[in-house]
Amino acid sequence: MKTEPDDQLWSAIAEPSRRRVLDLLVSGGEATASELAEQVPFTRQAVSKHLVVLEEAGLVSRHKRGRDVLFRVEGRRLDEATRAMADLASRWDRRLDSIKRLAEAAHTKASERSRR
Amino acid sequence: MADFRIEREVVIEAPVDVVWRTITEPDQITRWFADRVELELKPGGQGYLGFGKQGEQQGTAIVVETVDEPSRFAFRWNRPQDKYPEPANSVLVEFTLNAQGPERTHLRVVEIGLELVTWPDDEKHSYVEDHNGGWLQCFDRLAVLFPG
Repeated sequence: MKTEPDDQLWSAIAEPSRRRVLDLLVSGGEATASELAEQVPFTRQAVSKHLVVLEEAGLVSRHKRGRDVLFRVEGRRLDEATRAMADLASRWDRRLDSIKRLAEAAHTKASERSRR
Repeated sequence: MADFRIEREVVIEAPVDVVWRTITEPDQITRWFADRVELELKPGGQGYLGFGKQGEQQGTAIVVETVDEPSRFAFRWNRPQDKYPEPANSVLVEFTLNAQGPERTHLRVVEIGLELVTWPDDEKHSYVEDHNGGWLQCFDRLAVLFPG
């Protein structure tokens, strides 16, 4: 299973206001840029820029409905990002496990020595 | 999605000073983290973490941020190789140790990094080229997670 993200994906997610836009799409399904702009403290222009970056990273896609342009989350791509980040966390879990084993072994050894 | 960070913890059946030595002494760090470790254990101290076999090693310079024995140790790492790690271009790794008795320690690690967005594009590209397929390092450099 491929969990490597790419640079574009990371940059897209790393910006807090962009994550806010992504959050809104995740929780609310599809929406137009104007609808999204009503729910955030930044301008419609800013929302549009964020949507372009998210779209280039493959995280959202646009669809036409009449005159409206609707944006929608690409679930597969979002899963990919989430998996990659979970992988980062599990890497720290492995390191902490090693620290635990090393420290406990050192402690046991020291205790045995002091009992002698 | 709240902060962009990784936060993990573990309870260790050993005194806090033993855990402290395990996470701060270079010859211990090589047993759970990097393959080559240089570390000057004081705030502002510089160091190096090397990963992989000698000869084909990839690494990162680090800068120690906090040394508060035996409860807090933090350093910055993973940034463009020709730059000094600073808040704007690096990831912060912070360990917090809490004694929960004479022989029990709670250890927490937090990794925080929003640096990618502040990097100029050409630096990003050269970093990726330097690490030619070495996505593992790029992962760690970014060190981000949706909590929960």
